[in-house]
Amino acid sequence: MNIENLFGIHEQALNLRIQRAQVLASNISNADTPGYKAKDMEFNSVLKEMASNQKSALSATHKGHLSSNGYGIADIELTERKPLQTSLDGNTVDTQVESAKLAENNMRYLASLRIIDMKIKCFSTALRGE
Amino acid sequence: MSTFNIFDVAGMGMGVQSLRLNTIASNLANAESVASSPEEAYRSRHPVFSTVQMNAMNDAMDDAAAVGIEVTDILESDKDVQAKYDPNNPKADANGYVYLSNVNVADQMADMISASRSYQTNAEMMRAAKELMQHTINLGK
Repeated sequence: MNIENLFGIHEQALNLRIQRAQVLASNISNADTPGYKAKDMEFNSVLKEMASNQKSALSATHKGHLSSNGYGIADIELTERKPLQTSLDGNTVDTQVESAKLAENNMRYLASLRIIDMKIKCFSTALRGE
Repeated sequence: MSTFNIFDVAGMGMGVQSLRLNTIASNLANAESVASSPEEAYRSRHPVFSTVQMNAMNDAMDDAAAVGIEVTDILESDKDVQAKYDPNNPKADANGYVYLSNVNVADQMADMISASRSYQTNAEMMRAAKELMQHTINLGK
């Protein structure tokens, strides 16, 4: 077990889930703003990109070097959602769709969190050796 | 930590919706107001919403995704006010007319339901974000 990569993909997944929750929260808050376009991200492809970018991030040439995460969250590409129905004021938010996506996103956040929690517990059990 | 941005976004959402409820309340309260001239008559008010970039507020690199909401303007309806012949009214003009407000009560009621639903959704969103934070804080316990 490599302690530097103890949490695997879940560390980045948590970050990205929070970012996505923010985007969805902005959509819901702006449900009554004229002309606002609902946005979302392609979670899987962004996460994949994040993971592969991390591998090609600063290479550690000495065992004392710390690993780095080479991916800036500001680089995430947001796409506009296709509205289910048109509205006169140009707003494309469907509150029920956004709520559902936010709920799903939150559950998946909790799932990643649970896995990290389990890993911490696993590791501390191993450390104690009781 | 950026989860707090959800609290900001939801808080701004609740703020603007309660302002919207406030304008609806004053519109409904003044629906029956009368005035002595069309210029003085109460005109129904409506807030104008627009988005606001959160990263401009706290200058953090990773917050480009969050967009808040604010009220930029409150517009008065320019719909014609109705004149009513009521010579006994102390506010009646020389011809015996008083001028009613141009508030449409049915419109305002529908708007009120929309505003309170939006407020609820924002409050619910904040509760969900709070739950996520609590779980995160309890990590490893």
